[in-house]
Amino acid sequence: MRLEAGIPDGPIHQKWQRHRFEMKLVNPANKRKYSVIVVGSGLAGAAAAASMGELGYNVECFCFQDSPRRAHSIAAQGGINAAKNYRNDGDSVERLFYDTIKGGDFRSREANVYRLAELSVNIIDQCVAQGVPFAREYDGHLSNRSFGGAQVSRTFYARGQTGQQLLLGAYQALECQIAAGKVRMFPRTEMLDLVIVDGKARGIVVRDLSTGEMRTHIADAVVLATGGYSNVFYLSTNAKGCNVTAIWRAWRRGAGFANPCFTQIHPTCIPQSGDYQSKLTLMSESLRNDGRIWVPKKAKDDRNPASIPEEERDYYLERLYPAFGNLSPRDIASRRAKEQVDAGRGVGPGHNGVYLDFADAIRRLSRDVIAERYGNLFDMYARITGENPYDVPMRIYPAPHYTMGGLWVDYNLMTTIPGLFAIGEANFSDHGANRLGASALMQGLADGYFIIPATIGNYLAGTKSERIDASHPACREVESEVKTRYRRLMEAGRSRTATSFYRELGMMMLDDCGMARNRKGLESLLSRIPELKQKFWKEVNVPGESADLNQSLEVAGRVADFFELAELMSLDALDREESCGGHFREEHQTEEGEAKRDDERFSHVSVWEFAGEGARPKRHIEPLKFEAVHVAQRSYK
Amino acid sequence: MNLTLHVWRQSGPKARGRFETYEAKEISEHASFLEMLDVVNERLLETGKDPIAFEHDCREGICGSCGMVINGIPHGPDRGVATCQLHMRRFKDGDAIRIEPWRAAAFPVRKDLVVDRSALDRIIQAGGFVSVATGSAPEANAILVPKPDAEKSMDAAECIGCGACVAVCPNASASLFTAAKISHLALLPQGQPERDRRVLRMVAQMDEEGFGSCTNHGACQNACPKQISVDYIALMNGDLRRAMLR
Repeated sequence: MRLEAGIPDGPIHQKWQRHRFEMKLVNPANKRKYSVIVVGSGLAGAAAAASMGELGYNVECFCFQDSPRRAHSIAAQGGINAAKNYRNDGDSVERLFYDTIKGGDFRSREANVYRLAELSVNIIDQCVAQGVPFAREYDGHLSNRSFGGAQVSRTFYARGQTGQQLLLGAYQALECQIAAGKVRMFPRTEMLDLVIVDGKARGIVVRDLSTGEMRTHIADAVVLATGGYSNVFYLSTNAKGCNVTAIWRAWRRGAGFANPCFTQIHPTCIPQSGDYQSKLTLMSESLRNDGRIWVPKKAKDDRNPASIPEEERDYYLERLYPAFGNLSPRDIASRRAKEQVDAGRGVGPGHNGVYLDFADAIRRLSRDVIAERYGNLFDMYARITGENPYDVPMRIYPAPHYTMGGLWVDYNLMTTIPGLFAIGEANFSDHGANRLGASALMQGLADGYFIIPATIGNYLAGTKSERIDASHPACREVESEVKTRYRRLMEAGRSRTATSFYRELGMMMLDDCGMARNRKGLESLLSRIPELKQKFWKEVNVPGESADLNQSLEVAGRVADFFELAELMSLDALDREESCGGHFREEHQTEEGEAKRDDERFSHVSVWEFAGEGARPKRHIEPLKFEAVHVAQRSYK
Repeated sequence: MNLTLHVWRQSGPKARGRFETYEAKEISEHASFLEMLDVVNERLLETGKDPIAFEHDCREGICGSCGMVINGIPHGPDRGVATCQLHMRRFKDGDAIRIEPWRAAAFPVRKDLVVDRSALDRIIQAGGFVSVATGSAPEANAILVPKPDAEKSMDAAECIGCGACVAVCPNASASLFTAAKISHLALLPQGQPERDRRVLRMVAQMDEEGFGSCTNHGACQNACPKQISVDYIALMNGDLRRAMLR
């Protein structure tokens, strides 16, 4: 596997401009002769499909939801970063670049991150022009707020629904192109495999989720915008349908998978109410500004929290981190909460949460001030738990919600398979080992609106592809492999549901490959996952017909791929003998319990290559070079 | 808690549907409505039966996937929530619950509780956008939007496209959905150049899809998970009249 990132020469602030000039172009009259497949219709996918349609390419866009407007980008709450410096508070492209590199714990690629920071300003322009109703000041100018990991106010937002509004902007641009006949949309259609002809990505095999029909779509290039894989964990904040299948199948066809173990946990989610629940709801981290986190000192203390006296409470973050207290970084706050729950001091009916208490803040500031600041979050909490957080402390627990790892891509966002591109959360490129708040939306849109429309032309102009159709032997072969795989699922033992297997796998992953990892746990995962996987293929119960709307079959297909991904994640987590960002190896921590990086041995991207069924994947590395920034240790002191 | 469910089952778009009765036993009052259905489905699977098909995804009330008529009310008895945010503590032990899909000619049933809402996408295709190609946008703060306008626009833009407004309307009208998008853009300077054309085309498409007309019942704003106001329908009608006269 050749890992050539193709970073353009020259000073960092000139690389993208220079590259744009040096890239090959497709003549306007020739663009209509090329076709591009986009899988996924979230921020990255919808933006890419719309923008490439505008340029004149023939685009086919696929999503598994019933409408492209429902992709999970819609659930992002907080905001989107951009280096506009509207507040005159010292922001700049350089500063956003540096914050993102540092936030990623120096495990991302400089040139990509710089380009992201540069493009951030264009994104806001584009979204405003589309009519995204961003928050405004009374004078009519755009409003900003500050967000974690930054000392400037650079976050643009639309109430607590920024993801929704940005996605609707991209969706509307997409619908405009659908109406213009430049994009054909295939909703309720799931990609199940990738077709490669002469070493180049030329198509995908899909299943129509309404009818069960499997068929092949052909194009000159394929763009995967299929999101992240946090749902490998049973508990996560991802939508129920989010899955790894598209990028996983691409991996099995030869695309490198980078840093699979880099996953991010969000510290303030509502704890699970029973084992029937796998989707957890995230609440804005801003709650930690005024809430105090504590647990009873005594294990299994089921007294009413208000009746537990001060001296019997442990405000553990304030005790361990006097300087940052309840505002300690996400990973630290998360791990410490797990520690308390593991030690039996968890609270609530399942003893699976910690208190986030507003009693002091209400006394200090008044109930009205708290309602003004957090009213909508308090309402949401009350609706879900049936408890009133003004009177009873909230219960919170961390949950996985973003994956920094993904398909390896070069500077053009192309994977190791020529003609196969990965954008948005599906690739690995910009967030290193940890993503900062309000950066996911930025990356999805930068990739979709501005990068892929430019780099796809460079690829197409420089590539000669033979004309093929779905009757090509390569298509037939992949289609038949997919059909065999799905027949096996339908004909397995029928004794245990896919959800029940998923619960077991996903809980194992949460326990041993979640917030904190160690050699023993990871080694045990590597022996337990294959055993469970074997049982899955023997016993899984999928009723009904494959040629029909069959939601059990959809779940089973996705769980089957999560099994394989889980193994690779564990392998990568075991291999990376350091702690960095969201990857915390208990063996590698400072005395204060902070992540201890090992730049000597691990200042690289780990890229895994599929080596055949049952064979150990091969690891390659892309060394990371830092020329524009000075590498430093993160510190919260 | 123990419940009796009367659920609409329909094997395909052309098949005849019927209500089937299921016992939902030992359901936690903390479960959401959809989690209750998950539990029922797991049990159906274990006894070799076909689970109930229903649409869902984000389960936090923003994607607009879920939606069913619960005891005659779209999204159930709570105001301002989607089905996924409805919790079982809202019901009593021993309750019987009737669960149906959205009912509207423009929303044909695909299977059980899953309906085809692609008509809503086609209304957006007719003009629910600002035609600005990527790269041609001016500097963001060159377009000033008074805060009250931005807020009013956002109130309309919050629509999640679930279709509850259609399901609850005696005429199965999509007026609230269509008006929300028209108003979102009509209240912003960016939406002005295409304002007339947008309203003419979107309203025409709404009619073409087989949605009924608005006769001011107002049930839609009560059923709307985002509580979008019927005032926006008035705004749409005003825009429509003006555009027709111009």
